[in-house]
Amino acid sequence: MNARSELPVQTSDQSKLQNGYIGQSIPRSGAKRLLQGRGTYLDDIRLPRLAHVAFFRSPHAHARIKSLTLDNARKQAGVIAVFNGQDVAAFCSAWVGVLGHLKGIKSAAQHAVAVDRVCWQGEAVAAVIAESRRQAEDALDFIEAEWELLPVVTDMRDALAGHSVIHPELGDNICFHRELKTEGFEAAWASADVVVEKTYRFGRHTGVCNEPRAILADYNPAEHSLTVYHATQAPNMMQDIFSRHLNIPESNIRVICKDVGGSFGIKVHVYPDEMATAALSVMLRRPVKFQADRAESFVTDIHAREHEATVRLACKRDGQIVAFDLEDLTAIGPYSVYPRTSGIEGNQVVNLTGGPYRHLQYRAKLDVVFTNKNVTCQYRAVGHPIAVALTEGIVDEAARSLDMDPAEFRRINLIADDQYPYSFPSGIKFEKLSHHQCLDRLLALMDYEGLRKQQAALREQGVYRGIGLAAMIEVTNPSPAFYGVGGARISAQDGATIRLDPAGMIQVLVSVTEQGQGTEAVFAQIAATAVGVSIDKVRVMTGDTAVTPYGGGTWASRGAGIGGEAVLQAGKALRSNMLDVAAAILQLDKASLDVRHNAVISKLSGELKLEISELGRIAYFRPDTLPMGFQSELTVTRHYTPREYGFTFTNGMQASLVEVDIDTGFVKLLKHWCVEDCGTVINPMLVDEQIRGGIVQGIGGAMLEECLYTDDGQLLNGSMADYLVPMSAEMPDIVVDHVQTPTRSSELGAKGAGEAGTAGAPAAIMNAINDALAPLGANLSTQPFTPERVLQALGKVA
Amino acid sequence: MNDHSTTAGLSEQGMRVQLRVNGERVDREVLVRQHLVDFLREDLGLTGSHLGCEHGVCGACSVLLDGELVRGCLTLAVQAQGKQVQTIEGLSDSGELAVLQQAFLEHNAMQCGFCTPGMLLTALSLMKEDSEPSRETIRAYISGNYCRCTGYQAIVDAIETAISRSKAQGALS
Repeated sequence: MNARSELPVQTSDQSKLQNGYIGQSIPRSGAKRLLQGRGTYLDDIRLPRLAHVAFFRSPHAHARIKSLTLDNARKQAGVIAVFNGQDVAAFCSAWVGVLGHLKGIKSAAQHAVAVDRVCWQGEAVAAVIAESRRQAEDALDFIEAEWELLPVVTDMRDALAGHSVIHPELGDNICFHRELKTEGFEAAWASADVVVEKTYRFGRHTGVCNEPRAILADYNPAEHSLTVYHATQAPNMMQDIFSRHLNIPESNIRVICKDVGGSFGIKVHVYPDEMATAALSVMLRRPVKFQADRAESFVTDIHAREHEATVRLACKRDGQIVAFDLEDLTAIGPYSVYPRTSGIEGNQVVNLTGGPYRHLQYRAKLDVVFTNKNVTCQYRAVGHPIAVALTEGIVDEAARSLDMDPAEFRRINLIADDQYPYSFPSGIKFEKLSHHQCLDRLLALMDYEGLRKQQAALREQGVYRGIGLAAMIEVTNPSPAFYGVGGARISAQDGATIRLDPAGMIQVLVSVTEQGQGTEAVFAQIAATAVGVSIDKVRVMTGDTAVTPYGGGTWASRGAGIGGEAVLQAGKALRSNMLDVAAAILQLDKASLDVRHNAVISKLSGELKLEISELGRIAYFRPDTLPMGFQSELTVTRHYTPREYGFTFTNGMQASLVEVDIDTGFVKLLKHWCVEDCGTVINPMLVDEQIRGGIVQGIGGAMLEECLYTDDGQLLNGSMADYLVPMSAEMPDIVVDHVQTPTRSSELGAKGAGEAGTAGAPAAIMNAINDALAPLGANLSTQPFTPERVLQALGKVA
Repeated sequence: MNDHSTTAGLSEQGMRVQLRVNGERVDREVLVRQHLVDFLREDLGLTGSHLGCEHGVCGACSVLLDGELVRGCLTLAVQAQGKQVQTIEGLSDSGELAVLQQAFLEHNAMQCGFCTPGMLLTALSLMKEDSEPSRETIRAYISGNYCRCTGYQAIVDAIETAISRSKAQGALS
């Protein structure tokens, strides 16, 4: 069960010849500094006169600040200043997290530091700036606050009922409501033979990046400029936001993102304490750093999920699905997070539920409500783990009720591989997916038939194993339809600048950032291939708004697909410009030349004509030897925007094999498989482990992770000792394979891969557990599937 | 509000420590409440040891203290008095981690790299204890090191590769 990767790394000499480095498992050169502990994460940066901020945070979930006494804190050793919300508000304007295309979405104005009122436990109320973080934290104890407690809303149904309204000016607790119904839904529903229905609950969980959030803002009053070192996924988005809320011209703001210790969507949002830190730097006219500790990460990093959804599926006796019907309720905390909003996850659930299947009828209703818990927002796979679990859970229920094999039931209903392009009833469009190829590959890979026989034999011995399948679709490479059309100043396009240096090295600057997933490594592979040089000649730089082209950054599985295409086009353009120079030097026809292996060669004979380093030498230092009027252009920039489809959907199929101990309720994850289609695979080794990491993150949400709150809004498990995350011993080995259907909307053909694992894993595991327990008549639908919940389902504990 | 008058004295109390860090003599005045990892990072500028959870769960701050794997966030700087501390920086420069680092690179056994120094030191510790660990043993041994990016599988593969290579090298020499 616990074997080495069972599939060979997908390198072949053939792909090397045809596609250069694309498709090869090349180690990341940038990883070497990380392996020696010589990376630069935010907390590793040292600046002269650096001040440190610690925040006094609300102990209450909802309260009015009656008084706040800061004088004693100001007297403590090392303290530079102490500010309240009003002080900071004078330098940083409030924001409202809404988007124009989410019709009717509303939220309240939010400040960097609370003014008058707090709405969740952990909200920053005052900022202490000191010469060291230790001194700032020590001084927090000397702040005195008096509170008037306000009614706390923590239950989603209470929030929906609206007996107590968190933001009176909004009238109710509803952030966003959406309904959707296809024409002819009722008639189709009435024609069905079988209807299955189930309610699923998803716990709140959070990102737990190994490196907590961090920011270092350095204001220069002489220039009225602000340099922000930031662990972020979207430097240009943050540049725009700092500019508008701190009232500093955008061009005076530089956001630098060095090594980041994991992001997963956690580091793509606007956080009040980070905005406050930038404002404090302006106020104090010196660099200020905020490095969140683990406790404040738990109460302030965005949370996600927390949905309760009832899904119904109607089908014919032969298994053909007629329609899906969905009601989703989700709670997002007291504010819709700026600027991406907290309406997106629920919206995705509506868009995606039922997505792999070819039914024509769909009805959905969504309510997104405010509560007095920490905010939720987009976290890895946004909405997908919910939609996939709802879809695949109810598909298994339907198959069970018809006594059909779940693989067969899926085969009957999955959209056929030759049916594309395809419009799904929720309005989304698929360019080309490969559900059936993925299903076939998966079943063969896992020996589905063999596992079923083994399962039956073990059941005779009282061993309860289960096999769970999950089909999935994933939103990747988003077009401007995701945020831009809604008014958010978040770039949907990305750019790459490529420069040939005199010594024959290639410098690549890209607006997509590196969060550790290997973005820079795949850009190097693409650039080397496009220009015609060996990969050791390529250097890639990302994460500096003063240096790189303008772009969106890293989110929604867009880095390789969008940034990669920009690199490819820039590389091709540079190659062409290099050939212009070579033709001028050699006095040969450009069309007879090509660049290969760091040299200009004759296309016909392959004969070496000119080393690139020689080309560089002449172009930069002896242009006097070139024809009069010839100007070399050895720096080029290209951009790419996906336009044709709103999103470039990917698809895949996962399977989980589990064993449930019916006495203890413990679920052992024996093995996991994933066959997915992200189009062109640029580096199989990187993609495979990223998918594995995504699966393990999905396993975390399904099995272990939940932010537990008391009725009065206190987080009970805000430490890594109490909030369980996946560790290596409990994780299964994971077999990953690919079907490759390149997107035709770009020359590279790459779709996103970063979120697929997280999207499908919880559904596969849920189905495996319920398959194991089916003979006992037990069934689970509330995540995470803790031993306690397993025993409850078995009727062994109350 | 808490009464800090009694604790403030102790929290500001300093002590002189003399130790060796990556072979170099270090002689400093430290606060008795300061953790070893904070001392390494803040006072000595050795930022390769990372702070992930500050209560001994994530393992990102792991360092060697007289050869023993310890959590820098659960060890006080003063506990290192008279001892040898080895960090990722020193063990990289000495070449002791080279086989593991090469295997981690080949297997892409890291993404963001934040957990990697702690993971490597833990793997080195396993390598010294067990020359033929099973995959289950490797998984169990690194269970105190949190990695959010990988699925742990590449890390297990890399450690397995490194230990078998190092054994083969040992057999040759």
